[in-house]
Amino acid sequence: MFLIDCPYCGPRQQTEFHCHGEAHIARPKDPDAISDTEWADYLFNRSNTKGLFYERWVHNHGCRRWFNVARDTVSDRILAVYRMGEKPPKVTK
Amino acid sequence: MAKYSVFSLARNALSYHENWQRAWRSPAPKPEYDILVIGGGGHGLATAHYLAKEHGINNVAVIEKSWLGGGNTGRNTTIVRSNYLWDESAAIYEHSLKLWEGLSQDLNFNIMFSPRGVMNLAHNLHDWRELNRRVHANRLHGIDSEILDAAQVKAEAPIFNVSPTSRYPIIGASMQRRGGTARHDAVAWGYARAADQRGVDIIQNCEVTGFVINNGKIEGVETTRGRINAKRVGVAVAGHSSVLADMAGFRMPVESNPLQALVSDPIKPVLDCVVMSSAVHVYVSQSDKGEFVIGAGSDLHVSYSQRGSFDIIEGIMGALCELVPMVSRMKMMRQWGGIVDVTPDRSPIVGKTPVEGLFINCGWGTGGFKGTPGSGHAFAATLAAGEPNDMAGPFSLDRFRTGFLIDEAGAAAVAH
Repeated sequence: MFLIDCPYCGPRQQTEFHCHGEAHIARPKDPDAISDTEWADYLFNRSNTKGLFYERWVHNHGCRRWFNVARDTVSDRILAVYRMGEKPPKVTK
Repeated sequence: MAKYSVFSLARNALSYHENWQRAWRSPAPKPEYDILVIGGGGHGLATAHYLAKEHGINNVAVIEKSWLGGGNTGRNTTIVRSNYLWDESAAIYEHSLKLWEGLSQDLNFNIMFSPRGVMNLAHNLHDWRELNRRVHANRLHGIDSEILDAAQVKAEAPIFNVSPTSRYPIIGASMQRRGGTARHDAVAWGYARAADQRGVDIIQNCEVTGFVINNGKIEGVETTRGRINAKRVGVAVAGHSSVLADMAGFRMPVESNPLQALVSDPIKPVLDCVVMSSAVHVYVSQSDKGEFVIGAGSDLHVSYSQRGSFDIIEGIMGALCELVPMVSRMKMMRQWGGIVDVTPDRSPIVGKTPVEGLFINCGWGTGGFKGTPGSGHAFAATLAAGEPNDMAGPFSLDRFRTGFLIDEAGAAAVAH
């Protein structure tokens, strides 16, 4: 189980949070203009990275705010926590 | 290779069981094969077996980065059933179940298939309606399926608390009597031995490090034991599908999540069927050794660590203590996790990839064990012909572009 350092509330246990998958997936600006392949890529394809991975969490039994986490998906170590809208920080495993 | 029989058992008993042959060879990889299967779990080994047996292609190798069946094949709760809702799923899972029924004879290896019945519980009106819908759909497909009321559930599994005032009241259940369990390790070993007997090379401790692709066409793979060429390559690596797809230069609609299971102390026989509850994400059966084999729900985060979160275990055990009060006095002995490859529609992907000659079989998610024979059978046909067969066809990777999803997520009585 993770100890997640919520940028608003500080460290809390994982059961207070919910993971919502890969971060930094930009919705295509003009969906009508792109092909089905590009739309499917946006909608369904995921990096599912083995190693350094950026993902979204929401503190739904706390401040209910969303934020991003950088985590190593092999060791499950959380490497950085940063707010929505911020660029992913450079981290080393 | 010697045939296993009561006579071979008696003969070997005379020599104190010291002269059994190895069940399969351990050859060095050849420089080239007609077909290369990546992944020595149940699905990959079944694919190799059916390639040799059904299609007469035995210049085949299965390469495995670790040991056979060391991934999800050896980590699941061994439940076998075919009561899926949609036509496409019902077809492949029922085909699989029919293969399970004759598998010990086919492989000359006792896989201990035990059709002890699988019950899926309904705890509320929504569960009950969905369950009825699924049972009727199953029966239209010719798949055995019954509806049991609470009293009948109690008769089948007396240890369950069916009181209407309980925390998770049991309204009723669906029952598939042909469903049950099988010994998971034996499935990997049986397929490996049968494939090896027909000339398939099974190469363990051989990890793929890259693909050799020329003009969009597969030529072979780079491995830790050197380059191996093949005109067709099939990938059956479950949780690591995205990693291999990344090496081949394409993306997958798959996420890898930890899924946990645990076993209890062995006790006297008290439960002779499999019971599953989607609402509380728990499924339980009693093994031949007497242990309760208990499966949990999956974590929602991506992980390759083969470890899940403990709160999941706490959650399902809390629910199980309500459903089966005697469990509160049992000790749990071991817990473990596997990495399941989950697709957006909770249906597998079997078929072509953007790379010519490279095929993939993945996305079996939380329920791949039951699909092992059907998956291998369909994937072998696909690899042999270079085109998906009728059974694999609907499970193409391309369905995420066309929109023809097979949405079993809320449909299949699966504890997703």
